[in-house]
Amino acid sequence: MTDNVVIQTSSLTKEFLRDEFHVVALKGVDIEIHKGEFVALMGPSGSGKSTLLHLIAAMDVATGGNIRVLGQDLRALNDRQIARWRNENIGFVFQSFNLIPVLTALENVELPLKLTNLKKQERLDHANTALKLVGLGDRTGHFPRQLSGGQEQRVAIARAIVTDPALILADEPTGNLDAGSAQDILSLLSQLNKEHGKTIVMVTHDPHAARFASKVRYLEKGELLAEGAVPAD
Amino acid sequence: MGIPVSYNLRNLVVRKTTTVMTALGIGLTVAVLLAILALVGGLRSSLQSSGNPLQVLVLRKGGTAELSSVVTQANFQDIKFKTGIARTNAGQPMASLEMVTVIDLESVDAPQGINVTLRGITPLGIEMRDNLKIISGRWFQAGQREVVVGESIGKRFPGARIGQRLHFGRGDWDVVGIMSAGTGASNSEIFGDLNQVSSDFQRPEALSSVLLRTTDAVAAKALVNDISNDPKLNLDAMSEADYYNAQTSSGIVIESLGIFVSIIMGIGSSFAAMNTMYAAVARRAQEIGTLRVLGFSRGSILFSFFVESILLAALGGLVGCLLVVPLNGVTTGIGNFVTFSEIDFNFRVTPQIMALGVAFAMVLGALGGLFPARSASRKEILVALRGI
Ligand SMILES: Nc1ncnc2c1ncn2[C@@H]1O[C@H](COP(=O)(O)OP(=O)(O)OP(=O)(O)O)[C@@H](O)[C@H]1O
Ligand SMILES: [Mg+2]
Repeated sequence: MTDNVVIQTSSLTKEFLRDEFHVVALKGVDIEIHKGEFVALMGPSGSGKSTLLHLIAAMDVATGGNIRVLGQDLRALNDRQIARWRNENIGFVFQSFNLIPVLTALENVELPLKLTNLKKQERLDHANTALKLVGLGDRTGHFPRQLSGGQEQRVAIARAIVTDPALILADEPTGNLDAGSAQDILSLLSQLNKEHGKTIVMVTHDPHAARFASKVRYLEKGELLAEGAVPAD
Repeated sequence: MGIPVSYNLRNLVVRKTTTVMTALGIGLTVAVLLAILALVGGLRSSLQSSGNPLQVLVLRKGGTAELSSVVTQANFQDIKFKTGIARTNAGQPMASLEMVTVIDLESVDAPQGINVTLRGITPLGIEMRDNLKIISGRWFQAGQREVVVGESIGKRFPGARIGQRLHFGRGDWDVVGIMSAGTGASNSEIFGDLNQVSSDFQRPEALSSVLLRTTDAVAAKALVNDISNDPKLNLDAMSEADYYNAQTSSGIVIESLGIFVSIIMGIGSSFAAMNTMYAAVARRAQEIGTLRVLGFSRGSILFSFFVESILLAALGGLVGCLLVVPLNGVTTGIGNFVTFSEIDFNFRVTPQIMALGVAFAMVLGALGGLFPARSASRKEILVALRGI
């Protein structure tokens, strides 16, 4: 494995046992994503896109196969270590933004830094910098409900990058946005990828969004199509 | 560092209605506990400030209260010259023979009458009560059918004021003065001339108790032993302070009852807090999932919700304190279980009592918050993110 491999899975499998019957969400996925790539994950609903993203973020555990992220075997870590690891290495962007409603934009962005050793002033400096980067330097004191969807998602991106993680994972980040806001978010992700060297994996349904990525990979019924392959229909 | 406390405080503000309702429930529980403690605290301070450590009270053998005790004139002559007893400037032993009985006084709020302690006493006995003074009128005169009433009796019984007459014993008595004993027990008593009172109640020989002033603490101890162990006397002696401490037993009963009621109410409001916190955990499931994705551990989720529950309860504790503050200084009377007569005292809502109330509330919050906080911390990230 070379140093610039950020994500590497082999025969990665995830089964869900639901009551009597069980669902195979991922069937032996082998994927390798390199440093500096911006990968769009596409596929029909239920094909396992989110499931793969969750396994990469160590939000869930695989039922088979291996997964290494940023050189770390995720199965070797306990609950606490995973939490710490995620805080340091992963920035996660949700479709529904998931900002904390009772905290201001600045406080939301500062939140992940509460787990670091940074002093209050340093935390605020970092959070302000991140908000400026996403173009919301003038909205620091606003609460989520006082922001538009596009602005909320930009705050969420600021929160995802404030700890300077190597990897950004986004699950349909433009899914709840109008076309204009979606365009802003995609440009922002592209900028983070190109100018700040962040590796990005983004799940999307939208072919237009996928065009911002440097590579598109398809999932179908839990199986990853070969690189370059496109679904039949 | 973990999830900031401001996150919890703001959530309490956001759901103000449930916060206020839960805090009120806890507040009422705390108020009940504090009212009882303030009452018992007032009773204690009233009885304890009545005892002088240098003074020794003599009762019949096995006697626990002056009211049921009998001490004869002959006993008094035997005791009076024992060693260790202080003397007045005139060289008299400081020994006071007293008679105590209960009379029935009618009041506005108790037309059927309330038992009040009547004490037959001599000028020397009055002198031996250091903090006792006349606040209006004058002392009774020897050989007259005159009485002086304690301050709180004067306040509670319209008939027991200067210029009025009280009817008890074999006739009428003129009220000539009002006395104050600070917070002492004499505030709830009526004093009259020993000879007059004892003849009215046909007890010229069989009186109730003897109060002795000793020269120092060592002499007080020795005198207690001397009298109690003297087979000829058949009397018991105890320090005045010990005597009044024993009288607080009615306080202990009320206290235990109050604590029992508070615990029952506490269990109720602890469940209310639990309910509120379970609802909060359910409503904020997605936030819990998000916090976990950001890197907060299960432990910090647990701690955060636990703290929120304690903060909620502490708010209730403060509400409880506010509810009882107006009670501070309110005078009430309580039947003494030993003497069956009324003792008046003030509610004392002290800072210590309030601190105890807030601490009690926080314990309720901790108990109520434990399970919800634990369920919050046990959620799987993906389940929580779906808002379940
Ligand atoms: N917690 C779960 N329990 C049971 N089955 C699950 C669970 N999570 C996902 N699945 C199943 O796994 C499969 C893949 O789900 P996943 O959410 O990864 O799909 P997706 O590609 O993200 O779909 P969408 O585009 O609709 O978001 C689906 O069949 C889904 O029903
Ligand atoms: Mg999905």
